[in-house]
Amino acid sequence: MITLRGVTKTYRMGNIEVHALAGVDLEIGDGEFVAIMGPSGSGKSTLMNIVGCLDVPTAGSYLLDGLEVSGMTDDELTRIRNRKLGFVFQSFNLLPRLSALEQVEVPMTYARVPGHERKRRATAALARVGLGDRTHHKPTELSGGQQQRVAIARALVTEPSLILADEPTGALDSRSTAEIIALFEELNAAGITVVFVTHEPDVAAHTRRQVHIRDGEVVLDTATGEQPAPETSAWGRIPAGVAP
Amino acid sequence: MIGESFTIALRALYANKLRTSLTMLGILIGVGAVIALLAIGQGAQAAVEQRFAFLGTNVIYVRPGFQMVGGVRTQAGSAPTLSYEDAAALAEPGAAPAVAAVAPVRMTFGQMVIQGLNVQTRIVGTTPSWTDVRSFRVTRGEFFDDEAVESVSPVVVLGYGVAQTLFPDSDPIGETLRVNAGGQSVNVRVIGVLEKKGGTGFANQDDQAVMPISVVLRKLQNARTAQGAQQVSEIDIKAVSDKAIDAAVEQVTEIMTRAHGSPDDFQVTSVQDQIDAQKEASQTLTILLGAIAGISLVVGGIGIMNIMIVSVTERTREIGIRKAVGARRQDIMLQFLMEALVVSLLGGLAGVFGGIGMSKFVEGKELNGQAISTVVEPSAVVLAFGISAAIGLFFGIYPASRAARLNPIQALRYE
Repeated sequence: MITLRGVTKTYRMGNIEVHALAGVDLEIGDGEFVAIMGPSGSGKSTLMNIVGCLDVPTAGSYLLDGLEVSGMTDDELTRIRNRKLGFVFQSFNLLPRLSALEQVEVPMTYARVPGHERKRRATAALARVGLGDRTHHKPTELSGGQQQRVAIARALVTEPSLILADEPTGALDSRSTAEIIALFEELNAAGITVVFVTHEPDVAAHTRRQVHIRDGEVVLDTATGEQPAPETSAWGRIPAGVAP
Repeated sequence: MIGESFTIALRALYANKLRTSLTMLGILIGVGAVIALLAIGQGAQAAVEQRFAFLGTNVIYVRPGFQMVGGVRTQAGSAPTLSYEDAAALAEPGAAPAVAAVAPVRMTFGQMVIQGLNVQTRIVGTTPSWTDVRSFRVTRGEFFDDEAVESVSPVVVLGYGVAQTLFPDSDPIGETLRVNAGGQSVNVRVIGVLEKKGGTGFANQDDQAVMPISVVLRKLQNARTAQGAQQVSEIDIKAVSDKAIDAAVEQVTEIMTRAHGSPDDFQVTSVQDQIDAQKEASQTLTILLGAIAGISLVVGGIGIMNIMIVSVTERTREIGIRKAVGARRQDIMLQFLMEALVVSLLGGLAGVFGGIGMSKFVEGKELNGQAISTVVEPSAVVLAFGISAAIGLFFGIYPASRAARLNPIQALRYE
């Protein structure tokens, strides 16, 4: 359960203050499948970073499963990322030189899971993403779609309540994209909350809810039909609830 | 976690084999140099101790002081100021309670000849108490007695080496030798052979021949002091015990000052003083050598730091990924510290072998006519190895903490 209340993020660039997020209110329930959309520079990446506990808001409150995240220290955030979250990135972000099995073991290493247990769970996670026969392949020996599957296995091996994906299909061809989307749908069906950032409407169409961000604010949320300030953007012209 | 960090470190180092081995080389050279140079320094110290060990540590020497020739100070010991009477005064019962035995010595160099064989050796003219002062035993025959000194009896006790040279396969006792020294010559009868003591070069205790001092003074080298007394080269004195050395030096100095009117024309030194002075010199040498080698270790450490900073920069993205999936600051810190430590310890280990090999290599090689001796002390090995570990930690901390402090978002975006 994610609850953001008046979350702002301000960066200082010299003397100028840049408001990456200007008061975002957002609630995402357990088991939802949400796409966050918006043009580049809209603040969607900053929002992802905050939801993903990689960054903390300048002001406002962020409750993750009832836990206030905004005032946490670096190591506390790391602990939350390790226990509750799984990340999938556009560029896969696998570690060089490690086999698929070892990639998936990494988060469990930092959670101090014993070696044999790590191996067992990593093997199971790889089987779940359909790479049961590729456990000893290095990233350079895998296709883009396969690499992204390894990354997904790594994200779900710690049994997180939330998987965050930042443009997970941005670097994939259409066939791999379809496979990865299907995988996310499968995980969501198994009860995992999935939130991902995308700017491809046909990818977003697979989700049940889309949240549009522009200039650091939520301009459209298909769940609530929220359309706060009609003058803010062109997105305001899209009528609420039309997305499939 | 330490085990995992170790594995990660090994893999990262293995992935950059050339870079790793060059970094290790810096530490290898440093540690090897420390061990080899300390071994040479320690060897020099051990040689000093060995050289003086057979002289006896409670021996004191009285030697003449400097001589002024036309305003120039000549070598110590060259002034003709010590007399046979000085020795007699020191040996006077009760005169110097801390003195156990006194032996006047007249020393010269000469040739000893017998049946086509000859040898150049040191000729020592002294009294029977010399055996007591210098702790010499006679293994064959006997030493001469006071009677022989009184009666200027032409006898000789050969050093072990001299006896070996002149009498390779016969018994020297009772044989008569011809001694040529200072333009004079005299026939002497061999009455004894000294025990084998060893020593090299000038300090070779087996390369000498001992005769009654009266024979040397009257028949070979009749030297006189300015006052017309019979001149001796030095007076060897034995203190009653090691503890009495300082007291003996004081008493001898007092008696000699009274006899000569001033303390300026003679010197009183103990073997212990000489050992201390030589030891101090070789200790200074050891420290100096160690310090020079230490500099190369520091340079090696800077090499580690340099390469670790490069490694952290190169792996910024990896650090970002690790942090994103749950690596805390201390985990990243440990990973890079371990890497620095493994490089320096491997380099240190190779350096230990390199240093020992180097010491073995120079052992016995001649430098300025002196054989180099080396002693690899276990403590030096432990020290060098410990220092290499400390250097790995010290120079690894900055790059590791730089890695640990990286912001995960920026690190993930790093190309």
